[in-house]
Amino acid sequence: MIDKIVPSVESALADVRDGSTVLIGGFGGAGVPEELVDALIAQGAKDLTIVNNNAGNGEVGIAALFKAGRVRKLICSYPRQVDSHHFQEAYRAGKVELEIVPQGTLSERMRAAGAGIAAFYTPTGYGTDLAKGKETRTIQGKGYVLEQALRGDVALVKAERGDRWGNLVYRKSARNYGPTMSSAAKITIAQVYEVVELGGLDPECIVTPGIFVTRIVKVPRKGGNWIPAASVTRGISGKAMATGR
Amino acid sequence: MSYAKLTRDEIAKRIALDIPEGSYVNLGIGMPTLVGNHLPKDREIFLHSENGILGMGPAPAPGGEDGDLINAGKEPVTLLTGGAYFHHTDSFAMMRGGHLDIAVLGAFQVSVTGDLANWHTGGDAIPAVGGAMDLAVGAKNVWVMMEHLTKGGESKIVPRCTYPLTGIGVVKRIYTDLAVIDVTPRGLAASRLIPGLAFEELQRLTGVPLLPSGARAAA
Repeated sequence: MIDKIVPSVESALADVRDGSTVLIGGFGGAGVPEELVDALIAQGAKDLTIVNNNAGNGEVGIAALFKAGRVRKLICSYPRQVDSHHFQEAYRAGKVELEIVPQGTLSERMRAAGAGIAAFYTPTGYGTDLAKGKETRTIQGKGYVLEQALRGDVALVKAERGDRWGNLVYRKSARNYGPTMSSAAKITIAQVYEVVELGGLDPECIVTPGIFVTRIVKVPRKGGNWIPAASVTRGISGKAMATGR
Repeated sequence: MSYAKLTRDEIAKRIALDIPEGSYVNLGIGMPTLVGNHLPKDREIFLHSENGILGMGPAPAPGGEDGDLINAGKEPVTLLTGGAYFHHTDSFAMMRGGHLDIAVLGAFQVSVTGDLANWHTGGDAIPAVGGAMDLAVGAKNVWVMMEHLTKGGESKIVPRCTYPLTGIGVVKRIYTDLAVIDVTPRGLAASRLIPGLAFEELQRLTGVPLLPSGARAAA
């Protein structure tokens, strides 16, 4: 019997090695696999290359990875948010290398990795500073930049619901990078709020088929869905908790 | 003659009224987000958000916020009935693949040939591009929404961008607080000058030659 469900976030991350490239889902706060990121910090792997749309917010999650000094390089599209201070301090101190990638190129580079495409020509960034040092080509009169596939050793994604074969569905715009990152890493670990029996997900509506998923771990759902930055308080477990509902 | 520059909301309203029914539209972070507040109620317009939403609706009522439903600026939004969620790679295929009719973007500078600089001020700032370059090359029509002049009074429409480029020759139209300026093969064509602003004055303020074709006072 195939059962990809593991009992804890600790066991899910046990084999992450120093120097790994870790793809972490999420856009802003939506879709960030916070419990897996916390477990990655506790696990202790260092010299990591992190791939995420942003650079962490506040004190928890990806921001805490920078604070703990575990990140050697960030591959990212938008690190300039007001509360990304832990990344910004590490970057200004020369402790973290930064590779800025246009957002669609970031996503497509991972899609390419998952789809067996070595590199691709994209019009995005042609003629800009972000194309410097890259091969370019004019195809039917239009300029393109050659971008390389981006593969992860590990992908950490957040989904809403999964089954023991690894099939996943997401919730609203928290889907964002989850499906693409799932396909682009050697080991993909998904955290879900709910595990259902086989057949419990409508096969017409499965977003990430289990072939892309190595492990699933169930995490408890938090109190409220919306966590405004101003009202985030620190719970005794160190997790961000929403005030109110 | 004296004139009152358009407010940001007034520019946003001009843009909103120019968006035809049925358009697929992406509104950039910052000033362009205001356009969403002025879309005519009697038109169906599909708002796209880069993080995987088509048919994005307005901000929720207080208490109805959902952390899984945010816009590109990471603010809470809603989904219209009939709207759809999809993943990032599909979302950027919509952008890069030419499926969006209009992208409204802010800008630091636009050149006479429609080059766009809107992602980086250079120097010491931490670079952050987001989806700006994908929108710039991908949307069928890139409209810029910006103030005509910098705080120091310099024209943001320039012979050649001095800030790092976002895209080359991508801007089709510029909405400013003084006029609407189309980027055409013949050059920049100014129209809809705000009441009280003479073409000669607009030309004096703008760093590059303007074509007076279509210039007329309009609200």
